[in-house]
Amino acid sequence: MKLSKRNFLGLTLGTALAALPLIALADGWQPKRPIDFTIMAGAGGGADQIARFVQSVVDANDMTNRPLVPTNRGGGSGAEALLHLKDARDADHTIMVTLNSFYTTPIRQEALGVNIETFTPLTMMGVDPFVLWVHKDSGITTFEQYVEKVKSMNGEYVMGGTGAGQEDSIVIAYMSGAYGLDIKYIPYDGGGAVAKDLAGQQIMATVNNPAEAKGFYEAGQFVPLLAFSDERMGAYPNVPTMKEKGHDFSYYNQRAIVGAPGMSDEAAAYYRDIFGKVYESDEWQGYLKSESLSPLPMDEATTRKYWATQVENHRQLLSEIEN
Amino acid sequence: MEVFSFLADGIFLALQPVNLALILIGVTVGLFIGAMPGLGSVNGVAILLPITFLVPPASAIIFLAAIYYGAMYGGAISSVTLGIPGASTAVATTFDGRPLALQGRASLALVTAALASFVGGTVATVFFTLFAPLLASVALNFGPPEIFALMLLAFATFVGLGGDDIPKTIFSICFGLVLATVGFDTISGAPRLVLFDIQGFIRGIGFIVLAIGVYGIGEMLWTIEQTRGEITTTNPKMTAKGLASDAKEAVQRGWKGTWIGSILGFFVGVLPAAGATPGSLMSYGVAKIISKTPHEYGNGSPDGVAAPEAANNSASTGAMLPMLTLGIPGSPTTAILLGGMVIWGLTPGPRLFLDESEFVWGLIGSFYVSNVAAVLINLAFIPLFVWMLRMPFTILAPLIFVLSIIGGFAASRSMHDLWMIVIFGLGAFFLRKFDYPLAPAVLAIVLGPIAEPTLRQSLLLSSGDPSIFFIRPIAGPITVIAIILILLPALKLLRRNGRVS
Repeated sequence: MKLSKRNFLGLTLGTALAALPLIALADGWQPKRPIDFTIMAGAGGGADQIARFVQSVVDANDMTNRPLVPTNRGGGSGAEALLHLKDARDADHTIMVTLNSFYTTPIRQEALGVNIETFTPLTMMGVDPFVLWVHKDSGITTFEQYVEKVKSMNGEYVMGGTGAGQEDSIVIAYMSGAYGLDIKYIPYDGGGAVAKDLAGQQIMATVNNPAEAKGFYEAGQFVPLLAFSDERMGAYPNVPTMKEKGHDFSYYNQRAIVGAPGMSDEAAAYYRDIFGKVYESDEWQGYLKSESLSPLPMDEATTRKYWATQVENHRQLLSEIEN
Repeated sequence: MEVFSFLADGIFLALQPVNLALILIGVTVGLFIGAMPGLGSVNGVAILLPITFLVPPASAIIFLAAIYYGAMYGGAISSVTLGIPGASTAVATTFDGRPLALQGRASLALVTAALASFVGGTVATVFFTLFAPLLASVALNFGPPEIFALMLLAFATFVGLGGDDIPKTIFSICFGLVLATVGFDTISGAPRLVLFDIQGFIRGIGFIVLAIGVYGIGEMLWTIEQTRGEITTTNPKMTAKGLASDAKEAVQRGWKGTWIGSILGFFVGVLPAAGATPGSLMSYGVAKIISKTPHEYGNGSPDGVAAPEAANNSASTGAMLPMLTLGIPGSPTTAILLGGMVIWGLTPGPRLFLDESEFVWGLIGSFYVSNVAAVLINLAFIPLFVWMLRMPFTILAPLIFVLSIIGGFAASRSMHDLWMIVIFGLGAFFLRKFDYPLAPAVLAIVLGPIAEPTLRQSLLLSSGDPSIFFIRPIAGPITVIAIILILLPALKLLRRNGRVS
């Protein structure tokens, strides 16, 4: 048979038509009502920014047939959001943007009865590293000088960070333990307030995420001393890592989207597809770069394994802090 | 001067057709969102944030800032007409706005609020234009001890005012402070006062829940009980002539409060973490203290409406300053704006003025334009809001209940909050019957969550030594003034007793 242009067109069209129900079937699940997009933090923080960024990419490209409705449920260091997902009446339409209180809050507040391993992994959007910062007026330019300075102050060295048992306090506790530092720790509501008080020299050092300190760093006010990432960061190539200093420790803030426990496989596949596209988009890749987030894409099985190790690590870190 | 050519470019940018249209839409949307009890600028800005990705960043922030502005004007509307503060920044507006409305002078109250807001917003914008970088460095000098001293001052103006019953005022403040501690505590990292193990309390009790309960339910029940349903609805008529004469009266009787609010509000607003609520409250207090006729306050003084309204607009402009120059939000709404800026690819911080000068000056230019737009649109809608008051009370009262419940639910989408609103409403009704002032409790729930952590952070800094509040150069004077204000009523009482004996 000679394949004429006309035949070819007809054939293609026929195949396409025949395949259509299949595609529809493969697509299968579609949201039937607006999607509850819970944010595990208050308005304005890192998780909130990410949620609203994701929502805007989804909206702008018309990716879902029902809207994402972001709601801030940051109360109780994320406890409110965790309970909301755990007790979700409609698991297929309830998803959440997380940070590390996803791990720490269930450990610290066992009364909640939340087991995060029952939650449905959807998409890992990236991880946010931590960096040790001092003010330029302190004259400190290396981590060694910093350690010396802290030791010389006999417990009067003041650092600020997020609330007790949250990310910043974990990083600082590990560092103090490893170097025998005695630090006066002042807890704040959020990373922004911490960065501001370092700029005003109310406190002497912080372990802000790069996104929080970037403005002051670019203005020359903050000096990065040490990164708590696995490898040196692209934006701060001259800053050594904790690992280089001989301590096997790295710490990141998880920026992931998870589904409620009991979400159907079809719905989970649908969301993975959508947020996978968001992850691939130029907008998101640009955001990862400008905010110094590290990419860490993983599938469902790897995510579950990752969660299990993270819960174990956090349990150990938290018990070390409390003792 | 260089500043003026930047400013001229900025105003020109704000006046481009697209941006002007966005300003007009934003201000109108904001006005109505602000006028709804429960909904404030936070909700408006959060809902509309994704829309802004369709336009360039400069237009986007102009739009969101216009909503923010509109909502600040709108907050006064529900304070005056319904007696429910639309946002925490408008609580002080109810003190004199509501009595004016009950006297049939709602239009005077609304006109005063609109004009004072305009002056407050404009004065703040002028300060902003001239001194932005300088003020940013002042803001950095405010650490935890300074912020706590400021909160102490805000409470002190309240007690010092103590027109009524000081013990009951103090009780009310303490009650509000206790409610404010419910929920998760950042400093210790543990939940507190999770009553009856109800998980809803982990989130704490928000201002909106208490304010809607107290004003939307409690006050309404009290009014119904007082009047036995026979409320004489005043019949305010609105004409263009009436509006003009109200405007004249507003200027004559409200100019003092307006100036106090404009200046004080801005400086409090510039401080990160403080925000517009303490600014409006302190302005009301100061206006009353220096007034020659303090007894008019609380009974419908235009100055009493003008001071907090000028202050909350002035402070919300001021709150933009730490957001732009330090990347620190001064209020929940600026927190969302800040998130928006990051998403648009801008880095808020010390370099923003240099690197993105078109964006920054476009925004500043839009403040001027938005203010003019907001005051005109607001004045144009006043007849509509006043007309609402002409509804018979038998229709208005259920309407307020419905609005309160809807607003309360829309803010958090939580049934737990609705039950709390009802419980607070009933509680407020009984407290009101026993003559307890409730505004101090409502304000304590706003200021408490700022005051408590800063107190504890300060004491951690000083290893428990309270002298930190007296020896620091900025905190010291503020603390001393606050303590004098707190002791003032007691001193007066002593003197009076001395004379009697």
